[in-house]
Amino acid sequence: MTAASRRVRAWVVLLILLNTSVLFAGFIAPYPANQQNRITPFAPPTRLHFVEPAGQFHLRPFVYTIVSQSGTLDEYEEDRSRFYPVRFMVRGAPYTIAGFAADLHLFGVEEPARLFLFGSDQFGRDVFSRLLFGAQISLVAGLLAAGLAVALGIVGGGLAGFYGGWTDDAVMRIAELFLALPWLYLLLAVRSALPLHIDPARAFLLLVTVIGLVGWARPARLIRGMVLSAKRRDHVLAARAFGATDMYLLRRHVLPQTADIILTQLTILIPRYILAEVTLSFFGLGVTEPVPSWGNMLAAVQRYDVMTSYWWMFLPGIALTPVFLLYYALANALHEHTAFSSP
Amino acid sequence: MTRVLERLLTSALLVGVLFAAGAAAPQRASVHAEELLVSRAEVGVRGGQLVISQRGEPKTLNPLFSVDSVSGEILKNTIADLVHINRETQRTEAALAKAWTASADGRRYTLTLRQGVRFSDGDPFDADDVVFSFRAQLDEKTRAPQRDLLTIAGQPIAVRKIDQYTVQFDLPEARAAAERLFDSVAILPRHLLERFYTEGRLAEAWGLSTPASQIAGLGPFRFKEYVPGERVVLERNPYYWKADRSGTRLPYLDRLVFIPVPSDDAQTIRFQSGEADIASRMTAASFDTLAKSGQSAPYTLVDLGAGLDYSFLFFNLNDLGSSKLPDTARRQAWFRQDAFRQAVSLAIDRQAIVRLVYRGHATPIWGHVPPGNKLWINRSIPQPARSLERARQLLKSAGFVSRTDGTLADERGERVEFSIVTNTGNSERMQMATIIQDDLRQLGITVNVVTLELRALIDRLTKTHDYDACVLGLGNADGSPNTEMNVWLSSGATHLWHPQQTQPSTPWEAEIDTLMRRQLATLDPAARKRLYDRVQELVAQHLPFIFLVSPNVLVGADRGLGNFRPAILDHHTLWNVEELFWRQKRSSGAP
Repeated sequence: MTAASRRVRAWVVLLILLNTSVLFAGFIAPYPANQQNRITPFAPPTRLHFVEPAGQFHLRPFVYTIVSQSGTLDEYEEDRSRFYPVRFMVRGAPYTIAGFAADLHLFGVEEPARLFLFGSDQFGRDVFSRLLFGAQISLVAGLLAAGLAVALGIVGGGLAGFYGGWTDDAVMRIAELFLALPWLYLLLAVRSALPLHIDPARAFLLLVTVIGLVGWARPARLIRGMVLSAKRRDHVLAARAFGATDMYLLRRHVLPQTADIILTQLTILIPRYILAEVTLSFFGLGVTEPVPSWGNMLAAVQRYDVMTSYWWMFLPGIALTPVFLLYYALANALHEHTAFSSP
Repeated sequence: MTRVLERLLTSALLVGVLFAAGAAAPQRASVHAEELLVSRAEVGVRGGQLVISQRGEPKTLNPLFSVDSVSGEILKNTIADLVHINRETQRTEAALAKAWTASADGRRYTLTLRQGVRFSDGDPFDADDVVFSFRAQLDEKTRAPQRDLLTIAGQPIAVRKIDQYTVQFDLPEARAAAERLFDSVAILPRHLLERFYTEGRLAEAWGLSTPASQIAGLGPFRFKEYVPGERVVLERNPYYWKADRSGTRLPYLDRLVFIPVPSDDAQTIRFQSGEADIASRMTAASFDTLAKSGQSAPYTLVDLGAGLDYSFLFFNLNDLGSSKLPDTARRQAWFRQDAFRQAVSLAIDRQAIVRLVYRGHATPIWGHVPPGNKLWINRSIPQPARSLERARQLLKSAGFVSRTDGTLADERGERVEFSIVTNTGNSERMQMATIIQDDLRQLGITVNVVTLELRALIDRLTKTHDYDACVLGLGNADGSPNTEMNVWLSSGATHLWHPQQTQPSTPWEAEIDTLMRRQLATLDPAARKRLYDRVQELVAQHLPFIFLVSPNVLVGADRGLGNFRPAILDHHTLWNVEELFWRQKRSSGAP
């Protein structure tokens, strides 16, 4: 195994880990995404303690309850009269993972204490839990939209490259049209044409569809190029001479040659479409409250008071960085891998 | 902006008839045969300029045709009225009319004008200008938006010149304390505008490109220049008809500069950095952010307490008939039930709204007269505490069923789900909707929150009726019930849940119609109050609006600004602009 393919494997494993942890958001998150704690808005990240005021050390971290100081909204003091140890594998709010109901959580603290690892938002909702549930939307939106765009790209690019002639012209002109399309306005137009009554799940699908539909042109152009050169190779011509059908040629000889470029495209497009979802939800065009997505969580930072006073509200934005780095690292590794392994 | 329909309603909200019968007699001083009005405010010093940030740019310089709040806010400083409502005392006081008398039947008003007053271009003012101003505004061909305010029972007020300094007004019907009608009705210079009026082009006069020399008014300031995208400058009117106790002619300030700053947050930053001297209508979030600087800050912040605005949730009760909105029509079967609306009201956590959305700078309300309106509020309106238990009981008795999965269904077995719309760019309303969404979830009701651009929202509310429920706010310019006729009459355009009905669709709406019309023609203040109290009871009982909170009026000004006395009434900070002066100014740069 070459160094390049080892790297590819490492990044793929990490990305699978990331996406699975997001899948198990209900288990990892201590609270439901939309559980409001109206007495603790904008609570800073809960401090984990190891040493009691009396000086006794605990190996198991513990937290205190917080009480807001009278007359203020967002200034809190710890009530040190009682401490609440952090427990693992606790029963809590019910959730479902892929249809299975459960109520076991990775960690939690006893009521009435709250463990806000990343602080709480305006309605006292746990930012950490929302970040995980929001990732389900944002990361999955990226995956699905990229998958859709590339799938359409394969069909469009494959047809155009393989048949050439007027098919090529037609598909490529349409692709150019899509490249020039301002997708933000397209989404605005689509949204305004739909009824008001649109639930978050449908809003999500709409978002994915529009991003994917608009994005197919770029992969289609790349794939068309690959198909064009592949169909003139000797073994393809030979197979055709033996009477192979178009479908057989495409499936057996032409499209497999584009596999590398398709994978690289996917890894480049996924983070880009994650960002697209975040941008759209940031502007209120994506998934709406109370369902969290990284974009609509970041939207709170548009407000001057939030921006200047509560740093933890930026965390969804910061969380984008490692995700992007992972995907781009994988894209790089894939590219190197392709470069070395191709004839 | 905290208020939505305000711009639409400006005309409706300007008129006010309150039972402040007599006004304090103005002190008179005779300087060069001019009858100057002497201000009792602290004596200040001349000079300096005031920078005010606004949400946008003016559309016109013509006070007759300004309907947007930005133009209105600028032009208010350039006009004067005959009788003025003091924003601080909320009572009428003499302005261009130094005195007035009403006939016993309340239909004839005779006004005596101040002598020796001049327009800001130096031309003298007399009864001809008054007659011209009213004729022009009452002429249907002018299409002045304020015309409705000056018509009573469908007929315009008649105006007649008695002599050079006396004018007489005849009302088609008696109105209690009708002198309040004169507030904010601008007196225009006949010598500049009559030409436009006779040619029928009054609406074209005084556009944004008109040279300053062709514009004049009787207000403390006059137009100087407009630089598109940058600023509007008003300069001191050297002929203004007020003076201070030491005999100095007002206003003290040399210039007012209005700069367009499009967002609330950007306005806050400008104010914080000293680029703007005054902040009106701050959001609670901005107010608290600025308040964190504490006593060391170069500005003062004032929480004036409960204002006259109120926010509410309402359901679509329009008669959709057999229209193209079958889904909404089906859901209306829930919305139309008093019990359903009462249950929703009981489930809403108003204290949480006050705390989380307004950071304590608001008051929870259960009726449409907010606590800031001390004269008219009916204090016997019940204020039921939040109770999910009682809400569930109400829903159960109305035939709704709680299903095993926790959702609520109606008698036909349909899941109770609807959407709440509100306008984009108003984060407070968005947050209120989010809180209501969570409150109703606990009753098993699924709520989707949707934001729409303001214009699209108004279109849905008033024309297509394609919505389920909406969170909105209304303001009242002077607190009197007359300014709310449009809201409570079933034929009113702002009768939001079912506007412009030909016949009141429910018995209680019919009763409110009768009560509102009767209070309009009742001269006895106590009797009027009783009628309006009953209106408040009916509204609180049937809840066409489910009232949420009344936000406090939050304002701020540079610490060095003298005579800064913000008021609950609009315009909160500039109502006494002629008396404002600089003790000392912080040094940061104004444009």
